[in-house]
Amino acid sequence: MAAFNLKINGKVQQVNVDPATPMLWVLRDHLNLVGTKYGCGIAQCGACTIHMGEVAMRSCQLPVSAVGEQAITTIEGLSEKGYHPVQQAWLEHDVAQCGYCQAGQIMNASALLKSNPNPTDAEIETAMNGNICRCATYLRIKAAIKTAAKSTAKS
Amino acid sequence: MTSVNKGINRRDFLKVTALAGGGMLLSFSWLTGCKSTPEVVSNLPKEWFELNSYIKIGDNGLVTLFSPNPEFGQNIKTSLPMLLAEELDVDWKNVVVEQADFSIKRFERQFTGGSTSIQMAWEPLRTAGATARQMLIQAAAQTWQVPASEITTKDGVLHHQKSSKEAGYGEMASQAAKLEVPKEVSLKKAADFKIIGKSKRNVEGFNIVTGKPLFSLDYKHEGMLIAMIVHPPAFGQKIKSVEDSAAKSMPGIKDVFTIKLFDEEFERQAFDITSFNQLAVVVGNTTWEVMQTKKALKVEWENTKESNFVINNFGGGKKTVTVPAGLESTAQHKKLMAEMAEKPGTILRKDGDPAGAFKKAAKVIERTYSAPFLAHNTMEPVNCFAHVTADKAEIYGPIQIPEFVVAGLSTRLGLPKEKIHIRLARMGGGFGQRSYGHHLLEAAIISQKMKAPVKLVYTREDDMTYGIYRPTYMATYKAGLDEKGNLIAYSIKAGGIPEGPLGWAQNRFPAGAVDNYLAEEWVLNSNITMGTFRAPRSNFLGGAEQSFLDEVAELAGKDPIDFRLELFDRAKNKPVGKENNYDPDRYAGVLKLVRDKSDWKQTKKNVHRGVSAYFCHNTYVAEVIDLSMQENKPVVEKVYAAVDCGVVVNPDAAINMGQGGIIDGIGNALYGGMTFQDGVPQKNNFDKYRLIRHSEAPKAIEIHFVKSEENPTGLGEPLFPPIFAALANALYKATGKREYDQPFLQVNEQPV
Ligand code: FES
Ligand code: FES
Repeated sequence: MAAFNLKINGKVQQVNVDPATPMLWVLRDHLNLVGTKYGCGIAQCGACTIHMGEVAMRSCQLPVSAVGEQAITTIEGLSEKGYHPVQQAWLEHDVAQCGYCQAGQIMNASALLKSNPNPTDAEIETAMNGNICRCATYLRIKAAIKTAAKSTAKS
Repeated sequence: MTSVNKGINRRDFLKVTALAGGGMLLSFSWLTGCKSTPEVVSNLPKEWFELNSYIKIGDNGLVTLFSPNPEFGQNIKTSLPMLLAEELDVDWKNVVVEQADFSIKRFERQFTGGSTSIQMAWEPLRTAGATARQMLIQAAAQTWQVPASEITTKDGVLHHQKSSKEAGYGEMASQAAKLEVPKEVSLKKAADFKIIGKSKRNVEGFNIVTGKPLFSLDYKHEGMLIAMIVHPPAFGQKIKSVEDSAAKSMPGIKDVFTIKLFDEEFERQAFDITSFNQLAVVVGNTTWEVMQTKKALKVEWENTKESNFVINNFGGGKKTVTVPAGLESTAQHKKLMAEMAEKPGTILRKDGDPAGAFKKAAKVIERTYSAPFLAHNTMEPVNCFAHVTADKAEIYGPIQIPEFVVAGLSTRLGLPKEKIHIRLARMGGGFGQRSYGHHLLEAAIISQKMKAPVKLVYTREDDMTYGIYRPTYMATYKAGLDEKGNLIAYSIKAGGIPEGPLGWAQNRFPAGAVDNYLAEEWVLNSNITMGTFRAPRSNFLGGAEQSFLDEVAELAGKDPIDFRLELFDRAKNKPVGKENNYDPDRYAGVLKLVRDKSDWKQTKKNVHRGVSAYFCHNTYVAEVIDLSMQENKPVVEKVYAAVDCGVVVNPDAAINMGQGGIIDGIGNALYGGMTFQDGVPQKNNFDKYRLIRHSEAPKAIEIHFVKSEENPTGLGEPLFPPIFAALANALYKATGKREYDQPFLQVNEQPV
């Protein structure tokens, strides 16, 4: 057990856990941030995607001890009221079916648009390939990412 | 208007079940001219008045509608309340939707499966809405002292034109709630629908994109412990002994023990399937700690002997199930299936003289198709919260058919059925896997033993290797053509492990369209558990049959669509046999629609086309795939689907569901499959079990609905089966090679 001061969604939070504990479980079990989902535990499905700095990370493979000073953003902190362009685009395209994978999809998509504000179809597919949607909402996800890219460009 | 006489089939759900206080007349109606969203006004009602089990109206006019059926992504939490709102005549903006808890008393049917939710709710829910509206009208008539027949409603407001009186529903709700339930109500004509047929966004959309805790896996409760199971690594094995001393002393661990689910003599309900009746359990404070401990647990396994249990059939009656001993492998399954295919099966239907007709035929073609076991792989792994105390059980979990788990819970926990309260969690996917409630029972048993609230969590590996898979199937089709290329004989002999695919399908197309027809089935038993999976049985038959017909059409020298249309003509004008459970006109209708929308006869450079049509779960679907080959890999450029499901309640959501079925079908056709070696499932996570990903999805999907006023039927399943064949037929055009065995691509998952 060790104490960690984590910068999460703009707040510093202290947890006392085994240093090997993946951020996924720190978030879900210790900080009650359950928007980040467990799907595979081996970096294959993307359900657990969060941002470390501005980069999308699979939190199931990120030990709490590796985070250090870096700022963590989860779906709960992506925007204050759900007004992030990616979230808005998701609503506009009514993307979700069961919804379970969507937080991970949104976190990955928002990181993609940060680094590449106007991705091509092929770039979207490559960047999003690690995020499985078992309900297969892929077409809507792609359309929503394009809408978000446009609305980000405008604002 | 259609008159519905509820007297005939009056149910508890239409009675006033509770009256929340004495009622209060407000001097204003916030509904008229008020633009408030549900969010803004949600805390305004001082009192709620329940008009029936589905509808609660606040004194300020806010309307709460209860969605009775469990939600797993098919969006019934939006579309079922739309049925209520339509007949209640309220503004959708002022509606708040809640998931109803499971209650046999309050609701007639809380079942998600078989694409039946909308179909079964169509009349009862509209009737519930119309009944509540009628009661509000009655209340206004009494208050205003005017005839009820002169009162009209619009968007949650009651009007009496002659006296210029008007009132919001909230003003009349208290009085309405005290009235007798009317014996007869009228339902709207389709032409008058204001909500049905207009796309409404998912009522949980905002909660989903902001990561709100919507799933039972997200649930927290004071003092809650985390439990995980360890199940045998192989089918045909059970626990011999557990060495738990090291595990018990690991950090955060509360206890380690084994549990048994059903007693041998318990007569199981239809969905009481357990792959492993005895499990090792680790309970502790946090998921990570329990996960680590689970790995450290030392369990010795031993092979099972043959055993039996009695289970009630879904449709009534019961049967004894024999679970054989042995450690099975896929290679051995294939050999046994090939042997069965050579022997005569049980005859399910026979028309004319198939053997004689095959002898006479100018051309005969015979082909065999197979498909593997499939794991459901819902994104949310199996989990359930339970809090069992001395006098009651509180359960919150993902379950498609809650009514079937109650008997097992009651018997096993020693609690009367009324003391078992099940809340229906939104499910992170179901696909038929959540028809089976073993996880509810496991969580409850663990909670009872721990005397604490417990959340049971399966790892992905536990989930994928637990079983209740889609069975593995094989089917041999044979067709005989005369000199003109007319189909004169047709036979199917199909079977599977541990279930055959024919079931009710022997009377489906092309039965009825061929003079000489034979359907036979065989079954091989297994200790690998099987269960419902998106479009049970059709998920194999649709692909196999429609691939075969493509090849038969080719042999007949006919266009595959024309060939099928000829058969539908035959089934319509001179049907063979009496029991043909499809409507040839609607079947032909979707084929013609897809032919027109896809401009079927056009040829595009480097684009290969395949077509398919299938009827299941009361919905007719035809699909065309446009495929190109890039670096030897198939790329689906476009899919066209034509669908006849009667009235389309929520069009954009219906399209979403259809897209999902199509992409899921392409994924399973290309990559899906579980294999076994000595009873051990060979894939346990997404690095080995290949699911379709973003880059492999079709580039575009167009879904067209037949305009119809027929009662609606479901969409969760019907678009799934035919796509397997549309894909196979397009692949044939691209590669010159027919696909007979799923999955079509033998690829290894490359970890991403
Ligand atoms: S849970 Fe982390 S990638 Fe699947
Ligand atoms: S919406 Fe269900 S897994 Fe993506």
